[in-house]
Amino acid sequence: MSSIISISGVTKTYATGFKALKEINLDIERGEIFALLGPNGAGKTTLISIVCGIVNRSSGSVTVDGHDISRDYRAARSLIGLVPQELTIDAFETVWATVNYSRGLFGKAPNKAFVEKVLRDLSLWEKKDSKAITLSGGMKRRLMIAKALSHEPRVLFLDEPTAGVDVELRQDMWAMVRRLREDGVTIILTTHYIEEAEAMADRVGVINKGEIILVEDKAELMRKLGRKQMRLELRAPLAAIPDGLSRYALELSEDGSELTYTYDNQSDRPGVASLIRDLEAAGIQFRDLDTKNSSLEEIFVNLLRQEP
Amino acid sequence: MTLRAAPNFRAVWAIYRVEMARAFRTVLQSIISPVISTSLYFVVFGSAIGSRINEIDGIAYGAFIVPGLMMLSLLTQSISNASFAIYFPKFVGSIYELLSAPVSYLEIIIAYVGGAATKSIILGLIILATAALFVPLRIEHPFWMIAFLVLTAVTFSLFGFIIGIWAKTFEQLQLVPLLIVTPLTFLGGSFYSIHMLPGIWKTITLFNPVVYLISGFRWSFYGKADVSVGVSLGMTLVFLAICIAIVAWIFRTGYRLRN
Repeated sequence: MSSIISISGVTKTYATGFKALKEINLDIERGEIFALLGPNGAGKTTLISIVCGIVNRSSGSVTVDGHDISRDYRAARSLIGLVPQELTIDAFETVWATVNYSRGLFGKAPNKAFVEKVLRDLSLWEKKDSKAITLSGGMKRRLMIAKALSHEPRVLFLDEPTAGVDVELRQDMWAMVRRLREDGVTIILTTHYIEEAEAMADRVGVINKGEIILVEDKAELMRKLGRKQMRLELRAPLAAIPDGLSRYALELSEDGSELTYTYDNQSDRPGVASLIRDLEAAGIQFRDLDTKNSSLEEIFVNLLRQEP
Repeated sequence: MTLRAAPNFRAVWAIYRVEMARAFRTVLQSIISPVISTSLYFVVFGSAIGSRINEIDGIAYGAFIVPGLMMLSLLTQSISNASFAIYFPKFVGSIYELLSAPVSYLEIIIAYVGGAATKSIILGLIILATAALFVPLRIEHPFWMIAFLVLTAVTFSLFGFIIGIWAKTFEQLQLVPLLIVTPLTFLGGSFYSIHMLPGIWKTITLFNPVVYLISGFRWSFYGKADVSVGVSLGMTLVFLAICIAIVAWIFRTGYRLRN
């Protein structure tokens, strides 16, 4: 069995009648970093909350490492660490007390050396005797992560981990996620910062209006849906694009000094080589050229746009 | 049964310890202030006014009010300890951790109610010690005194737990103790014997559950009671059963915890 989390037919309708999730089917592979992308209100947090046992689902089933989250909730939950989006900590507890509390709550025997290591890894050791209320926002975020890691989870949920986080902490966090993955921890992160998914994820799922609209290997997704652009800086400005080049659907900049050619790996548009040959034949010379791949962000925006 | 399905005693202990630590952190609020207010009751009712009141059931007035005063603090503190303990994480959002942890509802209850009840029992004993400084005390049935103390603390901690889960605002959290519990306690015979009330009021009073608690508790001290001890014990157990039933329902439905 390769998938560590298996979600099948999960729906959630809140008491208000709001359908937060419509028939979610999703498998998370063991040891991968999975990014769940979606706009605000798409159902990301609801889905995570159901898997973690915070919200009751309306129908469907979820297993974690083969353990049903309702029937066998102890086994399922003890495998999961959750870092929620909001900074919600008992403000009057010290860092040391609250992290050890989390470990106890998940049924793990006290292990001071391990908790110390977690705090050191997150640069929190110096603050171990400080009360949570005295910590900065970034430090509180680190503390939330420390609490989630305190009980040695095999699956870690990071709900919008870098929302409102400075660059340094973001780098630290990415490094930490990679380290955890090396240890075999499966990581599921939700985000609407797409560069985060782009930098870290192995696979990407896109959720919108309570439905998973796509799950794909990240590299594959970027290859399939990504587009390339080539920009040519011309030696002499053009007044108009010659008729002979019309099949390329080129775009000419306003001052006529730049040509842009957009192509993708899927379409049957002719390649770059033939464009360059045709440009030469038409007597158009260029000074420089560059190409760029579209980012996951652009792919994502396009996907959501296609949605009805 | 696998090892993981075994009860999570470590979680119970972790929650219990945090709850006890909170009491020591707020020692002024949780211990000293009830002691001060109890001392004030003794000065005002025991000495100033009490000296002009005849003995009740052969007990000096100052001594007569001790069980009632202990109950007064026990009820209000049990409710406020337990209701706050579960309302606060709901309010700040840190409840997510409890809900996502491998703990059963029963374990959650034992930990929170145990913590709240322990605190109010300690408080009750401190008040007893404080009272001993002001009035001569005797305890005729120490076993039953402790039994009533523990039973009441547990019952009302459960009641407080229910209020804490039900409450959506701090105002609601204060509402039940303020509007219901305090009046019931004052009218429950803390400061008088219900035999002193005129006819109709005496009958009405018998619908007040607190009367039975205080009466039973006072019996354990002085062997004198307004209603029979069996009835007192029975009513306390009935109230405990009602609270357990409500809590069971809350957990079965996820009421205001898991939506």
